[in-house]
Amino acid sequence: MAETYQEGSGAGADFDLSQFYQIFFEEAGENLDQMEQMLLNLDLSSANDEELNGIFRCAHSIKGGSATFGFSDVAELTHQMESLLDRLRRHELQPIPQMVDVLLESADASRSLLARHQAGGQGEAVSTTSLVRRISDLAAGLVPGDTAPVVAAPPPSAPAPAPVAAAPAPKPSSSSAPGQARQLEIQIGPLDRPEQADAIKELFRDIPGLGAIRDVPGSPPNTRVFAVETTSTNDDLLDLFAFHVAKEQVLIRDAAGDGSAGPDDEATAAVDTSGGEAPYGFFNGAPGAPHGEATQAVHAPAPQAPKAATRVAAEPKAAMQAQMESTTIRVDVKKVDQLINLVGELVITQAMLAQNSRGLDAGAYQQLLAGLADLDRNTRDLQESVMSIRMIPMSIVFSRFPRMLRDLANKLGKKVELVTLGEATELDKGLVEKITDPLTHLVRNSCDHGIEMPADRLAKGKSEHGTITLSASHQGGSIVIEVRDDGRGLSREKILSKAQERGIEVSEQMSDAEVWQLIFAPGFSTADEVTDVSGRGVGMDVVKRNIAALNGSVEIDSAEGYGMKVSVRLPLTLAIMDGMSVGVGEEVYILPLSSVVESFQVNADDVSTVAQGSQLVKVRDEYMPVIALEKIFQVPRFDLNKSSNIMVVVEADGSRVALLVDELLGQHQVVVKNLESNYRKVPNVSGATILGDGTVALILDTGGLVRRARH
Amino acid sequence: MQSILAVDDSPSMRKMVSFTLTGAGYHVVEAVDGQDALEKAETHNIDLVLADQNMPRLDGIGLTRKLREHPKFKTIPILILTTESSDQMKQAGRTAGATGWLVKPFDPNRLIEVIQKVIR
Repeated sequence: MAETYQEGSGAGADFDLSQFYQIFFEEAGENLDQMEQMLLNLDLSSANDEELNGIFRCAHSIKGGSATFGFSDVAELTHQMESLLDRLRRHELQPIPQMVDVLLESADASRSLLARHQAGGQGEAVSTTSLVRRISDLAAGLVPGDTAPVVAAPPPSAPAPAPVAAAPAPKPSSSSAPGQARQLEIQIGPLDRPEQADAIKELFRDIPGLGAIRDVPGSPPNTRVFAVETTSTNDDLLDLFAFHVAKEQVLIRDAAGDGSAGPDDEATAAVDTSGGEAPYGFFNGAPGAPHGEATQAVHAPAPQAPKAATRVAAEPKAAMQAQMESTTIRVDVKKVDQLINLVGELVITQAMLAQNSRGLDAGAYQQLLAGLADLDRNTRDLQESVMSIRMIPMSIVFSRFPRMLRDLANKLGKKVELVTLGEATELDKGLVEKITDPLTHLVRNSCDHGIEMPADRLAKGKSEHGTITLSASHQGGSIVIEVRDDGRGLSREKILSKAQERGIEVSEQMSDAEVWQLIFAPGFSTADEVTDVSGRGVGMDVVKRNIAALNGSVEIDSAEGYGMKVSVRLPLTLAIMDGMSVGVGEEVYILPLSSVVESFQVNADDVSTVAQGSQLVKVRDEYMPVIALEKIFQVPRFDLNKSSNIMVVVEADGSRVALLVDELLGQHQVVVKNLESNYRKVPNVSGATILGDGTVALILDTGGLVRRARH
Repeated sequence: MQSILAVDDSPSMRKMVSFTLTGAGYHVVEAVDGQDALEKAETHNIDLVLADQNMPRLDGIGLTRKLREHPKFKTIPILILTTESSDQMKQAGRTAGATGWLVKPFDPNRLIEVIQKVIR
């Protein structure tokens, strides 16, 4: 064993395996994620083979890779996991929650171990000794705090986890040496319908040379006993039978023997295992096997075996999940961003050409104009395709929550179910990365403050299990992510009194929406006590700030006793947005179209000036502050007779302001260029773009303008 | 140049095997599982198959069975890569018609040594 590992790590002197490390780390990470997800979805009472095999395969792959590349600590741990999973998928053990727990913990530990290897041995060492012991106890059928073994099916003979690549000790048995005809008694059962065993008889009829079979009368109820004469080994027979009855249902006895041997005792005895530890071997007489090289004294099978195999192979193998591997490629994000940048430039160039060609005579420049129209269409298509490269499904974000909620609910003693909707909804990669933390906060809050303890829920006539629903959907040009729970909801009174304590001005007349907004105040928490999960008052204000930084907004809806809903609205992408261009003097500004509510011509009478020169405009019985862009940006005005007389109402953070502008120029998609990284942060401006005529226009930060009007 | 079909669902193992064999002068065709290998075997001239045992969709032994059904692959060497050199595995491999097995993890030099024993 140990030597097998060293073989991996010590690889041939002329081979540098380290070049494959990165790809292995990524692959192992994916396998761990997949395993974790499958473990969380595992229904212990009705785990099916496909699921158990899937989980087993993940552990198996990681073990194989880590042993090959010399990460023996990971190989050892995953080997233990594999041993336990192997017994589960063979139905030798019943899956129990402790197994899922220890497997999840081991997955975490494997991740840490791998991260340490990836960092070149940097970081804290992770001890896996206790995990390894816990797994091997469980694999041996011991349940912590319980002396009764959880072994299912017939008790296996060798539960001790064998080290990597170790073969079980040989179990010599003269009774099943292949090559000569043997008299066997085969008992099939218990069966729901004993006729099922007829298929076994058909096997002997269909496969020439397999041997003879006849019924033995007087079988126990629900079982069939056959007398069989065959040259095939028990293993071959078991393999064949496996397509009709489970291995556990087959008992092969030597007709002349003591009759006590179960399948586990005999089945493995068919092969000479003299070279069980050999690193490789060939089968005598097998196609392509070197002459005189067969290191394994595995006898050539009876001539009928390949025929039998043919029949076996004809059984359709269920096509499992399609492999994504062959249809995807990994690309550095930088390359994609560069591509997007270039397309952005192309969009600008195209817009310039379109603008400059506007005055051309359609007759004289017919071909040129047709070409430009094509360019317009192709540019748009190209832009869409390129942008879609950066789009990744929300399931990437959602997938982390089942595990988190499970741990959290356990810690809090609550019962919580997570429902996710719209996982396929796609969002820009940059946004996905930035939205994960705020969402984690919201989900944590829902679980900690929202969902009640099971007993409280039952007392209120609710189901014991609380439900947290995460959903994502496209709505217009934005994506809306909702975190909904059916917990206790927000308490208006509590929030108001808390706000008063903190010296925030409140009144009983405030609308619910306004009251809910109070929880976004820095340091605000209504939790009666601080838990280590949440309730320290750092939270909602950070959430709100983070989302606002992404040009998004947060809304809360709540009904006390029934739960609450937090909706996060985000633009689809940060790189391109729909804008409305407005003119002030000689300048052009862009307003995010998503924040524009309406626009209208204003009469001087509608505007009233209040204290300190602030102006208000009355729109349908509602007063809102007026912001003259001309003043804010100190736009020079050459034609003094002209003045702004158009108002554009924009909304942000639930408040509205009216912007005073000269003219509305149009709506178009603009490529957002970051001003901060290229110049510096400018108040009331969120970015810049290049217009069709090559001039630069500033994109206004409506949130900033609204805040400015408030103070 | 002789062609080897390397079948493994793990990209890192596939890369490692492929790199090793290419370095030893073989042409390598990669497949991600048994099913993929069947398709690749149809369209390429393959002199040897090196298949991992544990794979989704179709495992190494299943692949061996399928290949042996085909006259074209009746006699080419098929080696199974496995982490367990258990008797059951060997028995199943032999019954399916495999040429031999190689226990993972293995040293790249060992891989070449084994391949050279069977490929002609």
